[in-house]
Amino acid sequence: METGMDKAIITVVGKDTVGIIARVCTYLADNGVNVLDISQTIVSGYFNMMMIVDMSAAAKPFADISAEMDELGVVIGVSIKCQREEIFQKMHRI
Amino acid sequence: MINIWEVNETNEMIEKENLDVRTITLGISLLDCIDSDLERLNDRIYEKITTIAKDLTAVGSDIEKNYCIPIVNKRISVTPIALIGAAACKTPEDFVSIAQTLDRAAKQTGVNFIGGYSALVSKGMTTADENLIRSIPKALAATEYVCSSVNVGSTKAGINMDAVRLMGEIIKETAEQTKEKDSFGCAKLVVFCNAPDDNPFMAGAFHGVTEADAIINVGVSGPGVVKTALTKVRGESFEVLCETIKKTAFKITRVGQLVAKEASAKLGIPFGIIDLSLAPTPAIGDSVADILHEIGVEHAGAPGTTAALALLNDQVKKGGIMASSYVGGLSGAFIPVSEDQGMINAVEAGALTLEKLEAMTCVCSVGLDMIAVPGKTKASTISGLIADEMAIGMINQKTTAVRLIPVIGKDVGESVEFGGLLGHAPIMPVNSFSCDSFINRKGRIPAPVHSFKN
Repeated sequence: METGMDKAIITVVGKDTVGIIARVCTYLADNGVNVLDISQTIVSGYFNMMMIVDMSAAAKPFADISAEMDELGVVIGVSIKCQREEIFQKMHRI
Repeated sequence: MINIWEVNETNEMIEKENLDVRTITLGISLLDCIDSDLERLNDRIYEKITTIAKDLTAVGSDIEKNYCIPIVNKRISVTPIALIGAAACKTPEDFVSIAQTLDRAAKQTGVNFIGGYSALVSKGMTTADENLIRSIPKALAATEYVCSSVNVGSTKAGINMDAVRLMGEIIKETAEQTKEKDSFGCAKLVVFCNAPDDNPFMAGAFHGVTEADAIINVGVSGPGVVKTALTKVRGESFEVLCETIKKTAFKITRVGQLVAKEASAKLGIPFGIIDLSLAPTPAIGDSVADILHEIGVEHAGAPGTTAALALLNDQVKKGGIMASSYVGGLSGAFIPVSEDQGMINAVEAGALTLEKLEAMTCVCSVGLDMIAVPGKTKASTISGLIADEMAIGMINQKTTAVRLIPVIGKDVGESVEFGGLLGHAPIMPVNSFSCDSFINRKGRIPAPVHSFKN
């Protein structure tokens, strides 16, 4: 893993609508979170996006960003989840 | 780099398949609290527990938020109280005061349970051991969070049949003293053979004397994840079946390992072990019996169940051991009745009997667990059931346990509701033939031969 990074995974799941990515990215930009990678797919008709982000320069603690993203999800009408990357690394990599 | 499919797989396990970390258990040694003055002893115990564990629940919630994974229980285990109270407690009543101190400390720290109201008497009982054992009914009736266990046998020492006889009476007495709550006290009392020192699961957790001052042990779970994985390999060979269980167990355990390391770092307390047990809950889709069904038996208890369980237990270990640097505790599939909806269904369908459960305990952890029996069951019969289970553990060099609930005032055909993680249980029939003459013999069963293994 790259040094100095504080990686987290943001997942957005829900009914597709205009401006989901824009609003999520605006929030991240406003809070100093750098997007490293985005992948997106449609699973059983649902919008499904995953972002890998670097939070090392984030303006707020992880817990606050996570809680605010959760609220943003409620506003947009999708489910937004913010998790530290290690859980996926540990589970899927030896 | 992690891809979207892997992320979705993990999150589906958490959201749809009940993947969680079942418990972070903080083991605390109370050896340095020992004092011959009871009041001072109680003060020291309270002080030590509430100091070391003060951040436990907060750290647990913090980790939950970081990874969006539920950590269902935060618990504390302490050094067996029979040792800690030996110098100060002259009567069973004195020991009850320590139980109340543990209860207060549990409330203060916000944990779900505190374990270690225990005595280790596999070869003999000291006066303190016996006083503690005799205090158990009152201690469990007078407290909310305290869990008790008694180790009455081991492969090295044999079985202390005097303790087995006494525990039959104590279980009955505990049932009696908590009869307003469907004899709930018995759900917090376990009798062990070969009890591990680092078990994070209740009701049998205690902090062994060979452990460090404080240690973090973590119990993982995830029967629902294994079950879901197996639905994708229906009809495939045993090789594919075993491979699937192993890989799934690996993934589940890695999450436990991550949580354990993180909790250890945040609390500044060393990491002890991961317990690989598949621990079911009454929630739909979180059942070990459902895995057995998926492997191919109509209900848990049908012919083939013991083999299916042996296979499951072994593959979970093989996958789990690869995933964690330190494995310990009970580490095996749990087959409690009341805590597993699939087991309850099997009992209600007439597929699963006490005798079949006993056979199943030969190949998995832990034993006759959370089984409700008629309240009129004789103390000697309960002792007989304990002795059988202890013998399985002693001969097979494994941990076995008994957590029976003789529900006072209820009989076969009725059921009992404990609520929450403890679930509900149909009252199961017990073989009514007598073992009085066997149980009434004094002394102990000698340690077994460690060779000639047939």
